[in-house]
Amino acid sequence: MVYDVTIDGRSYRLELERADGRWSCRLDGRDVEVDAVLARPDLLSLRIGNQAYEIKSEHIGNDWHLWVGSGRFLCEVRDPRALRNRIRAADDRGPKKLTAPMPGKVVRVLVREGDTIEAGGGVLVVEAMKMQNEIKSPKKGTVRKMLATEGIAVNAGDVLAIVE
Amino acid sequence: MFKKILIANRGEIAVRVIRACHEMGIAAIAVYSDVDRAALHVRKAEEAYAIGASAAAGSYLNIQKILDVARKSGAEAIHPGYGFLSENARFAQACADAGVKFIGPTAAAMEAMGSKTRARQAMERVGVPLVPGTSRGLDSVEQAEEVAEHIGYPVMLKAAAGGGGKGMRLVYARDQLRSALEAARSEAERSFGDGEVYIEKAIVNPRHIEMQVLADEHGNTIYLGERECSLQRRHQKVLEEAPSPVVDPEMRRRIGEVAVRVAQAANYTNAGTVEFLVDQQKNFYFLEMNTRLQVEHPVTELVTGLDLVHLQIRIAAGEKLPLQQEDVQIRGHAMECRIYAEDPDNNYFPSPGKITLLLAASGPGIRRDSGMYEGWNVPMDYDPLLEKLIGYGGDREQVIARLTRALNEYFVGGIKTNISLFRRILADADFRAARLDTGFLDRMLTRKVEVAQDESEAPHVAAIAAGIFAALGNSASSVGERANGGSAAQDVTTSHWKDASRREGIA
Repeated sequence: MVYDVTIDGRSYRLELERADGRWSCRLDGRDVEVDAVLARPDLLSLRIGNQAYEIKSEHIGNDWHLWVGSGRFLCEVRDPRALRNRIRAADDRGPKKLTAPMPGKVVRVLVREGDTIEAGGGVLVVEAMKMQNEIKSPKKGTVRKMLATEGIAVNAGDVLAIVE
Repeated sequence: MFKKILIANRGEIAVRVIRACHEMGIAAIAVYSDVDRAALHVRKAEEAYAIGASAAAGSYLNIQKILDVARKSGAEAIHPGYGFLSENARFAQACADAGVKFIGPTAAAMEAMGSKTRARQAMERVGVPLVPGTSRGLDSVEQAEEVAEHIGYPVMLKAAAGGGGKGMRLVYARDQLRSALEAARSEAERSFGDGEVYIEKAIVNPRHIEMQVLADEHGNTIYLGERECSLQRRHQKVLEEAPSPVVDPEMRRRIGEVAVRVAQAANYTNAGTVEFLVDQQKNFYFLEMNTRLQVEHPVTELVTGLDLVHLQIRIAAGEKLPLQQEDVQIRGHAMECRIYAEDPDNNYFPSPGKITLLLAASGPGIRRDSGMYEGWNVPMDYDPLLEKLIGYGGDREQVIARLTRALNEYFVGGIKTNISLFRRILADADFRAARLDTGFLDRMLTRKVEVAQDESEAPHVAAIAAGIFAALGNSASSVGERANGGSAAQDVTTSHWKDASRREGIA
């Protein structure tokens, strides 16, 4: 099986075969000696040569992270034959949606539709678990739409405003 | 001794108290809100009673419901933990009226200490050192300006009923005073239902050091040594240690004797903590008294060898303190990391959700006081403290080494936690040299993390592991289970969110 693997934005071509519990592995055309044991779901004991690693896997929202020691890596794995899975990387032009990073309550709206805003400028404040947190504009532009009002409850991923 | 104790709390502290009960052969009664049915404290208790809505006002802050459970279960005493009703004098009085022993001070002692201005007045009378300022609430902006002029800027405005940094404002100059006073008053009114605000000289770069005291109901009061709590973010403690690196035995004796005087002035009984600000010349000033068991009590337990919850229960049962001041010995060093469900990469935004993988740290010198388990859904309704990771060693250096090692073993998957923050703190040169003050963390966090130029093989390792996880398919991941089990629970938490109360932990 050939995989197209992306780790923190960098792509690798990974060839993996398993026979009789043994793995054969080529990373970017280079042979790698690999031995893997799944200790339990989400926890892999991996040996590369004689180097030993404990790999932790977690899914948060739509992100898949692997942890190597205390280092976290954002991962994507695609089978190159299945092109439909490809996700186009978002670029910085065009309208940007500001979404709620987690469920909470909008306690303050800091800008109005039509206001111009700097990158990093505060747009609104969401409160959850006793903490108030400012949602900032990801880019310089104009507030095209303000969908949130003070006092409303929001879920993670809800679109709160659009900056263009 | 009591046969049954009700624990009017949740999370790690409820589990902590349940454990003490079990060690003493006492049955533990848990209470839980709608969203906490599956919480760890319910699993550990002998009996558990539902007390209503997830919002704390409908459950953990509801005095009547908790006293009903005490009556129904036959509990002879109530341990309030910290936060919630622990410093609520009305609750302590209601327990007394209902014939249930409140494990803590009397309502009268709580009231004497509950208002910061009233506590200041009482302390002034017994000669406890105070930060220059007013011992009464401010009547007007003009009065505030006059006092500030007299004691000198910068000054700190504080809510008389305050706690957790609410209703506090640092003012550097006269022209900021009016708006700061209004903001502090309205925040105090909103948070505590009491807009009384007073003024103090702001001590620049102070340390926050607190002294643990214990008093029995027979007139004996002792101190158990200090805790250094200077590492704070937004006035919330993040990491605490005992002993303080700047306190020598002589200074400990002086602070301890003042703390005992403070407790005695209020006829204080049971466990309590007297907080002090310490300036750069090591002068210490009384700040306030916390009339409850503190979150950070384990560091004192580790360096004194005492079990504070056992002692609280024994004192409440009418026993005399089993030791005297000269029996208290400080041995070794301890440090506590407060592990929160929050995202260090996103401004410490809270991060509730399901814990999909939990690898606990253990080994020499490591104690975990935890309220979480793998598979549990962290609700958004309460304070996001998940666990306290506590290290103990012969000296400060050994504790830092042990905790650093433990943090690398430790993993909480599925939600964001502040574990990485503690790796940064423990590796920080100023922290290791014990150059601490309450501004330490803010300064550390504004410095950029130096991103190590990743020449390491870790990304390659991750790439190979990613492929192996993909090849192993669903059996290798708990994600399928998450999609089914997690979503229903998520619906429950989101609908309860509407009722969520901000009062928890402040009351």
